[in-house]
Amino acid sequence: MVIFSVYVVNKAGGLIYQYDNYVPRAEAEKTFSYPLDLVLKHHDEKVVVSFGQRDGIRVGHAVLSINGVDVIGKNTADGKDTLEYLKDAANYPVSIRFGRARLSSNEKLMLASMFHSLFAIGSQLSPEVGSSGIEMLETDVFKLHCFQTLTGIKFIVLADPRQSGIDALLRKIYEIYSDFALKNPFYSLEMPIRCELFDQNLKSSLEIAEKAGNFGAGS
Amino acid sequence: MNSYCTRMTVHNLYIFDRNGSCLYYNEWNRKKQAGISKEEEFKLMYGMLFSIRSFVSKMSPLDMKEGFLSFQTSRYRLHYYETPSGLRFVMNTDLSVSNARETLQHIYSNLYVEYIVKNPVCDSTHSLDSELFSSRLDAFIRALPYYSPRAA
Repeated sequence: MVIFSVYVVNKAGGLIYQYDNYVPRAEAEKTFSYPLDLVLKHHDEKVVVSFGQRDGIRVGHAVLSINGVDVIGKNTADGKDTLEYLKDAANYPVSIRFGRARLSSNEKLMLASMFHSLFAIGSQLSPEVGSSGIEMLETDVFKLHCFQTLTGIKFIVLADPRQSGIDALLRKIYEIYSDFALKNPFYSLEMPIRCELFDQNLKSSLEIAEKAGNFGAGS
Repeated sequence: MNSYCTRMTVHNLYIFDRNGSCLYYNEWNRKKQAGISKEEEFKLMYGMLFSIRSFVSKMSPLDMKEGFLSFQTSRYRLHYYETPSGLRFVMNTDLSVSNARETLQHIYSNLYVEYIVKNPVCDSTHSLDSELFSSRLDAFIRALPYYSPRAA
């Protein structure tokens, strides 16, 4: 039972806080000989697998490292273009590590704003009167829970689909926000939250929620 | 518990093809319109789902198999089912329906495939024009255990 991450979005849709509690890294490292039997392509400043899914390497996985050295964007650590490097037979045999690409902070910002809009559209397309925006979004591997306060701040938690007590956790995070961010005289509203006490208390309430499986009322 | 049961219902159903055109739409119990024309609403719905799928594939901490399944707000739940051929079934129900995936799969395999795909006259790339399909689908929805027409 796991809580993956927490996002806090201000009323304009900007990400003001993000914390990754548990990031599972399903990675596969294999040694390849020339020619490479996977098809790779450039996507979003990364090199991703486009075809040739096998042995734990899925379509969409990015090249994370070559011969143990992490790649930087589209280039190897030495600055050479990764695709060019892998087309050259002289560089083989080569050991490549594939896995889900980590989200950069820019991408997280964009995704938070994207969700902010989707939240509103969910309310607009409602067949029922008086609907809120998207409060819970479910996929087969995670559930996204969102709580919007009266002032428009959204607390978003990504967790395992079976994790319970997230509603109480969202209220608790709101409480922590008002105690350690809002009451902090050096914190400005709608700005990124950089308050140590907020971080600490958030981490401990996540631990409690994960262990209990159910965040108890009256804490 | 009685008042809870009378709220079980299906609001509406959309069927989109993989290019985004709405092939079929029907409503059973819709209380509020979107405030825009039906054409715009279809585009907005498709666009929202496209964005949700893209959002989910980036945000997901693990590799997904089926991807986005449903979302819920304070008043309704949207269920999503996509066939391997890119046909998208979208159904809005009330909150008591937790999983309509089997319903949507049934609509695809027993209604869409039977009455549209197997119909040599029906062009499945344009708006689904089969009266048999519409009436069977309507009867199926009304026969669902969680469908009960609201008191007006």
